[in-house]
Order: sequence, then C-alpha cells, then structure tokens
Amino acid sequence: MSAPDFLVHDSTDTVGVIVVEGIEAGQELSGLLMDKEETVTITSLDPIPLGHKIALGDIKSGDMIIKYDNKIGKAIANIAKGGHAHTQNVKTNRW
Amino acid sequence: MTKQTFWGYRRENNRVGVRNHVIILPLDDISNAACEAVANNIKGTMALPHAYGRLQFGEDLDLLFRTLIGTGSNANVAAVVVIGIEPEWTAKIVEGIKATGKPVTGFSIEQNGDLNTIRDASRKAKEYVHWASEKTREECDISELWVATKCGESDTTSGLAANPTVGNLIDKFDAQGATTCFAETSELTGCETICATRAIDEATSKKFLDTWQAYMDDVIEAHKTSDLSDSQPTKGNILGGLTTIEEKAFGNYQKIGKKTKFIDVLEPAEAPSKGPGLYFMDTSSAAAECNTLQAAAGYVVHLFPTGQGNIIGNPIMPVIKLTGNPRTVRTMSEHIDVDVSGILNGELNMDQAGDKLIDMTIRTANGRQTSAEALGHREFVMTKLYRSA
Repeated sequence: MSAPDFLVHDSTDTVGVIVVEGIEAGQELSGLLMDKEETVTITSLDPIPLGHKIALGDIKSGDMIIKYDNKIGKAIANIAKGGHAHTQNVKTNRW
Repeated sequence: MTKQTFWGYRRENNRVGVRNHVIILPLDDISNAACEAVANNIKGTMALPHAYGRLQFGEDLDLLFRTLIGTGSNANVAAVVVIGIEPEWTAKIVEGIKATGKPVTGFSIEQNGDLNTIRDASRKAKEYVHWASEKTREECDISELWVATKCGESDTTSGLAANPTVGNLIDKFDAQGATTCFAETSELTGCETICATRAIDEATSKKFLDTWQAYMDDVIEAHKTSDLSDSQPTKGNILGGLTTIEEKAFGNYQKIGKKTKFIDVLEPAEAPSKGPGLYFMDTSSAAAECNTLQAAAGYVVHLFPTGQGNIIGNPIMPVIKLTGNPRTVRTMSEHIDVDVSGILNGELNMDQAGDKLIDMTIRTANGRQTSAEALGHREFVMTKLYRSA
C-alpha cells in the first residue's frame, strides 16, 4: 500500500493516529492496523492535525476510548466515526 | 549478534565515561558567581550553576548532597573544583567525590571573599585541565556503557515511533549486559499496573507500585488544585494530539522495549548497585530535573525522544534527541540527532530504527557532539522535595 494517513496500534483500538499533515473534512483516509498489517479506510468528518486521533467507529458519550489495546480515557460527548477525538470530547479516567 | 564496543575514558574506579569534563561545581546558589568566574578564566572547564544549597534539611538535603556528589563522581567528569560559601558542607561534597579516586579540591568563600577564592580555584582548575587533557580513550565493551532515557514534549508520534525506537535499543543493549534506566513516576499513571509486570520479580514489582503510589499520595494528591489535565499532559503534548495521562503513559512505556525486565527501583540520584540491567528511577517528569538525577546516578549517555520538540541538554551527559514527527524534523532540525519519522510512512521498520539509534549512541559515546551540546544546552536542575528552613 502507499504510505498510510493514519496508524492504529492495535486492532482492538477505537481510535487511530493521523500521521500526515493537512487532513481536511471529507477526505477518504487509509489506515494501517499495525498488529495485523491490515489496511482500513475511513472518511474524515473534521480537519484533523498530524498526531491527533480519528474515531474508528461511532463512539457514545461515556464509552471507554481504547488505544494500545488499553483504556486511555472516556468519551464525554458522542464522537461519530471519522471525527476528531481529543480534549473536547475525551477525558482522563485518572487524576 | 557480535558484541558492540565504544571508545571511552576509563576512570580511577574503573567506570567508563564518554566525555572528559573538568567541572567547577557550586555547593550553593551564592557560589555560582565564583564558579562562573573560574570557568571563564580557565578554558576547558565548565561551571554548573544551580539554584539551591542553603538551609535545606532532612531528606531534601540528603538529595542535594547525593546529586552534587553524584554529578562530580560521574565518569564523564575527569576532575572537579568545588566552591561553597562555608567549608563544612563544601568538604562533604569533596569527600564524597574523592571516593571515586578522581582529583577534586574544595574552596570556601567565607572570610576569604570571591576574588581570592577565584584566584586559588583558577590555579587548581588550570592544573586539572592540563592533567585531564592528556587522558586518552580506550576501546570498551558496550556492557560498560550506562544509558538513561526520558521523553519530553511527547505527542502521539512518540508512542508510535521515537519511544519504541528507544525500546528496541534497550532490548538489544540489555542482551549485551548494558546498564540502563527509565524514570518519570507520574508519567506512568494509567499503565502503572502493566509496567509493574515488567519487574524482574514480585518484590521489585511491589517496590515499583509502592513508589508510584507514594508519588501520587505525597506529591500529586497532596498539592493538586485541578484534575491536572492542563499540566500532565502538558500544553505541548495536547497540541501534539495527546489527550490524557493514560495515553501519554502508554506512549512513555514503549521506551523500555518488549522484553527487558527492570531489576530494581532507585531513589532519585541513587546509583544502581545490582549490576547490569534496566533500572527504574523515581523522578519527576520534568526533563531537566529527571536528567540531572540520572546523570548524578552515573549514567553517561542519554536518549531523549521528543514529539513536539523538547530542546533539553545536560552539562555533563550528552543527550541524544530523536523524533518520529516529520514536522518537528522540518521545523527544529538543529535539535534533532536521529530522525525516525520514516516509521510513520513505512520507510523504516522498528528494527532498522533501533539500529540507527544504536549507531548514533555509539558515535556519541565515541565523541560526536550532540545537538544539545553544540547548542550549549546545559540544564542542571536540582529536585527540591520541600521548602528550605
């Protein structure tokens, strides 16, 4: 495949990481599941900067966010598949 | 795999350094000026100014002494001039460093003044520079290299690329009997129980979790006024896409590789004493504080992965900067020693990235100046446990 637009640490993860610059809403993105070396495609709903996360499916408020095959926080708002998952809709379970 | 070697300076106590510094070490804040004057007089020396050393007591004072003695004792240091305001604590630092067998002399300023002290200390420093400059490097096994790591201004590319690259090196060096160190107690929050499973045995695992819990109880919970979402992760982390401490912690955790077990938990600035292997040190996650403590424990090379572009250095320990963020490579190239951004677009696999970092680590040990050294980054910062008396 050509260079991925996003990477997913583990196939159980609910978010991926954008690894290219300049992603706008409405782009068809290809991503790599790093553990399985499989490709997935998602359409971005928001502009998402390099290093920021994209929701791999519809996430409901209160759902755990999974990355590295582990809980890294919880959704505090609904996040649609392809949406930008960050501090506006995800919060720590700790502190 | 054939054993790797590097060229280092073997010291009187048989420890190996990769730099040959003559340092002018202040006991306390008010002796900084004299130390800087000596370093200005005598080329080839370096002053290590810092902000503390007066009216400290108890565990906080012990940590100050351990940090100063450890810094002077580090194998990257050939000889030391210590300057303090009064003779007693100055002598304590001198005696501590003297245990290594290296040349060290103390000077105190009270009833003597800056100018006489600077004159006398400059003569001694000049003598040390001549002596140190005739030291030569010898070929050493990689098992004699003490390597520390800590990450800074991380972003999600740190967990994807730069941190696992360090982890790949740690696994490869561990197999060759190197002594390595990771740290950053609060920054393992969210993956502390998983990290604990990487301890060599049950007792070490418990020691790690107890250390983590004590940091939570005594530092974080005791002083927090918010949920820390604005400081850990840092504003830079958040700009880079990290959302929560748990996400940051799992990225941080990639630095210890996939196989290596840690064999002990160290107090801040405590020298490892259980032989070769990976150690965890209880430190803050602030880069200059953590690196200063690791150097004081005896580590001679530092691996510092960054995402958004932390620019940290250390006066006595070369800090090798690596990043997986292609934008940081482009915008801050003067700070980056190793570019592993190829991992993100599939041009570089983890094994290749690890080897690239090993190559730079050995070149740095052999004498190559790091970006932080060339740019003059000499951050030397005491960890303060509580207010002075």
